[in-house]
Amino acid sequence: MSLIGEGANFRGPVRAEAALAYAEPSAAGVGDYLALMKPRVMSLVVFTALVGLAIAPVHVHPVIGFTALLCIAIGAGAAGALNMWYDADIDAKMTRTAHRPIPAGRMMPGEALAFGLTLAAGSVAFLGLVANWLAAGLLAFTIFFYAVVYSMWLKRSTPMNIVIGGAAGAFPPMIGWAAATGGLGVEPCLLFLIIFFWTPPHFWALSLYRSEDYARAGVPMLPVVAGDAETRRQILLYTIVLVPVGLAPWALGYAGALYGLTALAAGAIMLVLALQVRRERRPAERASRRLFAFSILYLFLLFAVLLVEQGWGGLIGRVAA
Amino acid sequence: MDERHQDQGIVLTEEQKRRRRARSIAIALSLGVLVVLFYLVTIVKLGPGVLNRPL
Repeated sequence: MSLIGEGANFRGPVRAEAALAYAEPSAAGVGDYLALMKPRVMSLVVFTALVGLAIAPVHVHPVIGFTALLCIAIGAGAAGALNMWYDADIDAKMTRTAHRPIPAGRMMPGEALAFGLTLAAGSVAFLGLVANWLAAGLLAFTIFFYAVVYSMWLKRSTPMNIVIGGAAGAFPPMIGWAAATGGLGVEPCLLFLIIFFWTPPHFWALSLYRSEDYARAGVPMLPVVAGDAETRRQILLYTIVLVPVGLAPWALGYAGALYGLTALAAGAIMLVLALQVRRERRPAERASRRLFAFSILYLFLLFAVLLVEQGWGGLIGRVAA
Repeated sequence: MDERHQDQGIVLTEEQKRRRRARSIAIALSLGVLVVLFYLVTIVKLGPGVLNRPL
């Protein structure tokens, strides 16, 4: 199937001779290409990768560090573009995503596919040349995991989609660490686990009050398949696992007291909110919305404190020495 | 579709022209940033070694 033909099919019937003679002019603006890269997801990826890079016990030249982060950001954008290319049919049915460039008809699917593949190849190659090939390999695997394993396979086939697929969002700190050190260690693995166990409560809290959207699109999210009560139980269970995992960097001696206190306080709030979600019953959704909002702050706080304590603190120490 | 229209191909609307121009500017800027980055990374990674080659 040609890319042009695919786009023409999506946007409605096109006379065969016209499709053969001319490629339809693109209606996509620069903003549409930026939206394709999921800038909000990208900002979280860049932040967690920055923490992975900053806490690494080696000096990284600012230019190399900046370029590595740029490559990771572009790689994340590539994964987002490939996801939007593949999920255009689902996006068109959901209120939250119907305005995205492809379902809104401003961009042909082929444009998004070409954009995603170009960015993916470019970011991986550049990261390999600038930093090292372990980091580039991890970035390539992350893009593959998100675009193929999550988007093409898990998302439409199992309610565990965001549990397993969450690994894609958990890799950036490991890529950041690998870009700095050329290897892996316990610290980035702990950061991976924090994001991995944070993802289910975060997304299931959202899916509790968006379940009609997911049901309409035929996405087997947990509330659609297993019901409201089971989702609330699973949110609590994953939060119970998340809190000690969040404390692990401090407990194992990789982070200081400030991090320990922050992880303890924020973890306690997460647990209280998860308990409130467990007690809540539909159509009430206030607790779910609160947990979703606080979960973003939780992850940001943990990583920000780690960055200040280990990253900047360590950096200042290294410069002073 | 008449003969004249076929010769002209697809005629872009003003909005399509504006968006194409914006995309072209964005591509030019991205290429400019890449050129600067390649230069900086080369200098940082090779340092004085850039000049140290057989003539």
